[in-house]
Amino acid sequence: MSSLAIKNLTKEYGRTVVLHNINLEIQAGEFVVLVGPSGCGKSTTLRLIAGLEEVTGGTIEIGGHVVNDLEPKDRNIAMVFQNYAIYPHMTVRRNIGFGLRNSMKTRAERDARIEEVAGILGMTDLLPRKPSQLSGGQRQRVAIGRAMVRDPAVFLFDEPLSNLDAQLRTQMRLEIKKLHKRVGATIVFVTHDQIEAMTMADRIVIMKDGRIQQIGTPSELYHAPANIFVAGFIGSPSMNMIPGVASGGDVHLVGGVSLPIGIDGVDARNVTVGIRPEDLHPTDGPALFSGAVNVREPLGHETLIYVDTAFGEIIAKADGRAPPELGEKVNFNAAPKDIHIFDSESGAVLTRAC
Amino acid sequence: MAAFDGVQASSESVFERRVTRRKASLAQSMSWSILFFGGILTVMPIVYMISTSLKWPHEIYDVSLIPEEPHLENYTFVLEDGRFYGWFVNSLVIATITTISNVIFDSLVGYTLCKFRFPGRYVVFIAILSTLMIPTEMLVIPWYLMSQSFGWLDTHWGIMFPGLMTAFGTFLMKQFFETVPDDFIEAARVDGQNELQIWWSVAMPLVKPALAALAIFVFLGNWTAFIWPLIVTNSWEMYTLPVGLSTFADEADVAWELVMTGAAISTIPTLIVFLIFQRFIIRGVVMAGLKG
Ligand SMILES: Nc1ncnc2c1ncn2[C@@H]1O[C@H](COP(=O)(O)OP(=O)(O)OP(=O)(O)O)[C@@H](O)[C@H]1O
Ligand SMILES: [Mg+2]
Repeated sequence: MSSLAIKNLTKEYGRTVVLHNINLEIQAGEFVVLVGPSGCGKSTTLRLIAGLEEVTGGTIEIGGHVVNDLEPKDRNIAMVFQNYAIYPHMTVRRNIGFGLRNSMKTRAERDARIEEVAGILGMTDLLPRKPSQLSGGQRQRVAIGRAMVRDPAVFLFDEPLSNLDAQLRTQMRLEIKKLHKRVGATIVFVTHDQIEAMTMADRIVIMKDGRIQQIGTPSELYHAPANIFVAGFIGSPSMNMIPGVASGGDVHLVGGVSLPIGIDGVDARNVTVGIRPEDLHPTDGPALFSGAVNVREPLGHETLIYVDTAFGEIIAKADGRAPPELGEKVNFNAAPKDIHIFDSESGAVLTRAC
Repeated sequence: MAAFDGVQASSESVFERRVTRRKASLAQSMSWSILFFGGILTVMPIVYMISTSLKWPHEIYDVSLIPEEPHLENYTFVLEDGRFYGWFVNSLVIATITTISNVIFDSLVGYTLCKFRFPGRYVVFIAILSTLMIPTEMLVIPWYLMSQSFGWLDTHWGIMFPGLMTAFGTFLMKQFFETVPDDFIEAARVDGQNELQIWWSVAMPLVKPALAALAIFVFLGNWTAFIWPLIVTNSWEMYTLPVGLSTFADEADVAWELVMTGAAISTIPTLIVFLIFQRFIIRGVVMAGLKG
């Protein structure tokens, strides 16, 4: 296991710039998840780390050494592909042992290592089988086993769970996390599923259009999003976004409601006010929003309610046992600390006075 | 099964079913007869070849399929004739080496053209393809001059060298390597394999059916090759089987029964090659390791 540092990384395909100046420091043993919408450059970043593509600018360091000019085979990384890419003509044993072929180990040592990895992944029984005789989850495990067997400096995962059904995905998610605890490897994991990102990561890197939007722990991203994109991307259902205006240090919603927050140094600026559904609380006193319940989505432990307000539709969470009736008028308030103010133009979060 | 159906169906539908069944069997018997005649046409020459090889010289112009007194004297004669044995070995050596060479080099070049991006790749590919448009007859003279100046006339090497790699084989292999997903190759690269190892232990096993087809084509092509071996060889020791057999016909009166006997024996290796390789053609394995 090694640290990984990406400095001013740029990637261009012809004239299209796919990655703009990516900077990322990953500690040894850290589990970092790259997340973002399709086409934002997650796979490209991984492929650059793996050496499958050439960088256009910047450096990649593994364990303190610049690896820009090294071939993939000399970088000591392992990669798990989205479609597994396990070799159909080899048994599970040969698939897992494939990466050991060029090592200095004796045959007995190799076999012992293969058995050990198979044991960790619970597939000792499957070793003599061919991939065609395995289920999707088992193939996935073979792919992970093949990556583990060499003890690589860094593990790269490119959406390894996206081909699995929901239940298996949850299970493998947990297994990969446990595996990380157990072998303590440095992992860069790509997904476009924010739940995977939130549940697995030590730190999350959110990307969009080839740029890093924010790097932070799941909790930081959730509670202190750096911009509108991150705020909207993390959390389900997403954050309510309401247009407003900042003037004279105060924030007013369209329609005249004043928010109980002050903003420094911005005047007469369009802002976007973000509030997460679970931060909206029903109130009998003065309300930020009020409106009639339009749609209810019962989830069991809670019910999502879509409320028609003067600012458009707002999503809130209500009690699962006694949600408001359809058409019922509800009033909501939110604590000042739970209200996020973003610059509407740049999207960046605005610092607050209080 | 039919009786059981009949019990369940109403009489009307039984009638209808009979009609359709009769129609189906008419169509079926027509296709059977076409196939039958096709089969006869294909098999007849072989049957005639074997039949003639069992005849005495005086009855070879007799069209009857069944020899009057079938005998194996021709086989004994041909097999005991030292020349035939030598030709057989020549052909076997040449066809085998050429086949191995094609399987290795055509697929190496095809793989490179398919999976590597380098400047001039397209030009090289087109250049290779364009050689397919030149007929062998036109190449024979330059080949001959080349062999002459290199001193390859009347040698095994001289017979083999034009066929050691073929444009067709390269093209075939390139097309088949397109079906090998890049992920397999990249996964192997990340796993620390060098490019030659990847070609040999990842890509090649995945195109086995194509390799088998190529092996059969090349082996048969070289086994039956006539014009070039005839031109490049002078001494009967260097003849290949088809060239050698033709000399039976050169002598004052054509010993058809011996020619046919030699031809019959010479089909055996092609049968063996086909039986060995056709197994691989049937197995398609490429997609099993990729999900979705
Ligand atoms: N070989 C290439 N040539 C040109 N453009 C490319 C190439 N490979 C990727 N791109 C572009 O680079 C961008 C980033 O692609 P990338 O595969 O990294 O996205 P991603 O974040 O992994 O998306 P997904 O979630 O769909 O896998 C895309 O806009 C894509 O069109
Ligand atoms: Mg991707």
